[in-house]
Amino acid sequence: MSHKSNDEAPAAPSFWRDPRKRQWIFQILVLALVGLLFAYIFHNTLYNLEKRGISTGFDFLNHEAGFNILMSLIPYDETYTYGRTFLVGLLNTLLVSAIGIVFATLIGFLVGVARLSSNWIISRLANLYIEVFRNLPLLLQILFWYFAILPLLPHPRQSIQIGELFLNKRGLYLPKPIFEPGFGWVLAALGLAIVASILIARWAHRRQEATGQPFPVFWTSLGLIVLLPWLAYGLAGFPLNWDLPELRGFNFRGGIGVIPELFALALALSIYTAAYIAEIVRSGIQSVSHGQTEAAYALGLKPGQTLRLVIIPQAMRVIIPQLTSQYLNLTKNSSLAPAIGYPDLVAVFAGTTLNQTGQAVEIIGMTMGVYLVISLTISAFMNWYNKRMALVER
Amino acid sequence: MKIKNLIASGALLAVGTLPVAHAGATLDAVKSKGFVQCGVSTGLPGFSATNDKGEWTGLDVDVCRAVAAAVFGDASKVKYTPLTAKERFTALQSGEIDMLSRNTTWTLTRDTNLGLNFAGVNYYDGQGFMVHKSLGVKSAKELDGAAICIQAGTTTELNLADYFRSNGMKYEAITYDTSDETVKGFEAGRCDVLTSDQSQLYALRIKLKDPKGAMVLPEVISKEPLGPVVRNGDEDWLKVVRWSLFAMVNAEEMGVTSKNVDEVKKTTKDPGKQRLLGLSGIGGKGLKVGDDWAYSIIKQVGNYGEAFERNVGMDSPLKIARGLNALWSKGGIQYAPPIR
Repeated sequence: MSHKSNDEAPAAPSFWRDPRKRQWIFQILVLALVGLLFAYIFHNTLYNLEKRGISTGFDFLNHEAGFNILMSLIPYDETYTYGRTFLVGLLNTLLVSAIGIVFATLIGFLVGVARLSSNWIISRLANLYIEVFRNLPLLLQILFWYFAILPLLPHPRQSIQIGELFLNKRGLYLPKPIFEPGFGWVLAALGLAIVASILIARWAHRRQEATGQPFPVFWTSLGLIVLLPWLAYGLAGFPLNWDLPELRGFNFRGGIGVIPELFALALALSIYTAAYIAEIVRSGIQSVSHGQTEAAYALGLKPGQTLRLVIIPQAMRVIIPQLTSQYLNLTKNSSLAPAIGYPDLVAVFAGTTLNQTGQAVEIIGMTMGVYLVISLTISAFMNWYNKRMALVER
Repeated sequence: MKIKNLIASGALLAVGTLPVAHAGATLDAVKSKGFVQCGVSTGLPGFSATNDKGEWTGLDVDVCRAVAAAVFGDASKVKYTPLTAKERFTALQSGEIDMLSRNTTWTLTRDTNLGLNFAGVNYYDGQGFMVHKSLGVKSAKELDGAAICIQAGTTTELNLADYFRSNGMKYEAITYDTSDETVKGFEAGRCDVLTSDQSQLYALRIKLKDPKGAMVLPEVISKEPLGPVVRNGDEDWLKVVRWSLFAMVNAEEMGVTSKNVDEVKKTTKDPGKQRLLGLSGIGGKGLKVGDDWAYSIIKQVGNYGEAFERNVGMDSPLKIARGLNALWSKGGIQYAPPIR
């Protein structure tokens, strides 16, 4: 009998002695305490706001805003609500961040590769660029680009004219396309051309793997993408008109206006962040052992091909995670916009709207929430991209 | 251990953040710390700006100094917090400053929704426009389509929108964070027009590289009563600030100045002046300050007329006429309840 009892599982330890259960209890306790703390802070804030006669709640989002915003991607005027000002500010923030990310990446890769060039002057120049722009405070750079360029531009009445483009202190004015019925055919042709290009690229890739014969994918695709839409455009009877900017009174009306604030902010953000990205690209490339380059040369690849087909794909594994944090920085740095009057979320919503309604807790909370969501979205996307690019062991 | 700490700090937080507000909280706190913490602008000549010695001067600064003179008998017991238009109300609500004297317009929303109280009006202002002379504009009605520089977080943004809407005109507003950047934007030619309270326009004009190249248009499009602000629910403090201002206006009305106040105090037979200088009547008891509170204000800061001329009037670079800010007995609307 005693033998049998030895085989049985040991009697379950008492509730307190079981480390797994104990762990759970403490986790729950800590969680509850943190929850209580937040609930307390929340309650305390509400209590104090009410006690001091400061109104709370999100009703203000439905009130008429009554102020003008310099630039809006969606219809907006003074009669729209504070909720709308939130959207306008948000879109402006997203716009400048997106432009900044695209150009920072382009400039950054270019400078990073140039930094490693065997040409002495090019690599020194790239180095100079990095050292200068990485080491000056961003706010100063924004103010510099804005207040240095503005005085150089002419008054609207003496605008610089290039064709139907006008450039002056108020911004850059471009003709605005007006699509007429039938333009859908052009878009359809463009879509068709893109799909065809992708198919051709896949086919060419397979053929090259099988037979070793290359196919001029780039030129074929370019030809398709340019020619097909034009053909459709001509066949549909040129269904496109232009709304031309025209000088009336103080300034140009009509067309598309690009304000100098957007230009200065996007420029400063791109140039500043590009300096960091260049260093990241350099370190990524240097992390690929030199033997890879030698092997590629030995196989007869040209230097450009070596970089594009051998070095960069391996370097990306090092580059992408760091690139993510630079993109996040750029987006968050765009909140320096109010300094030069660019109407981003901070200027429009956490600035004017906050001041006019006085609802600091709600507005700052919403603004922080937005930056958090944008940052987490970029982060999630880059993580997904990183997984795709990661070296697949075979 | 960690949990104990958490509970301890939670308890500390609970004690620390529960407000113990009573009617005299700020006055008591000011008395015990020995100075008035006053919120002013980040630099607006004539109202609150630092001079070449680094001291704060201006009409708004003089209100802070008058309050310090009333409470401590010493106008220099003030510490200043420079605030942008955006920061000002939060700084006051959170208790970072004791009073706000920063060319702030008294409006219904601000008086009722923000937990604040306006103590009075030390300058009657109105919004106006400044333009480059080269534009050849003579009236605000000709500004259709203009680009307008403006400072963020002010009532001017709304007035501007109202004015252009009611006149069926379009405009483009470039909103900067500080008044310095607004001036820079105007100078760089980003906008045709700079709009602000008229007093500020005169002050900002002398900051321009070429003040003669700009002019202020005649239209005044709004009422802007500017005055000191305190927190709600603190009546004792509100009264000290309010009556410090009234004492300056009353002193001007009675002709008592910083120069003749000692003379008047010795010789006057006028019961009104005697009450003002604390020689008879209720003195400072109701306000919970010394009986010579008004005397200290007049002696160290001067009466309203003196402060006006010194900071923004004919003795200053701004050269603003008294206009609405003259005494009620001289064609203006500055009026103070009697001290009795």
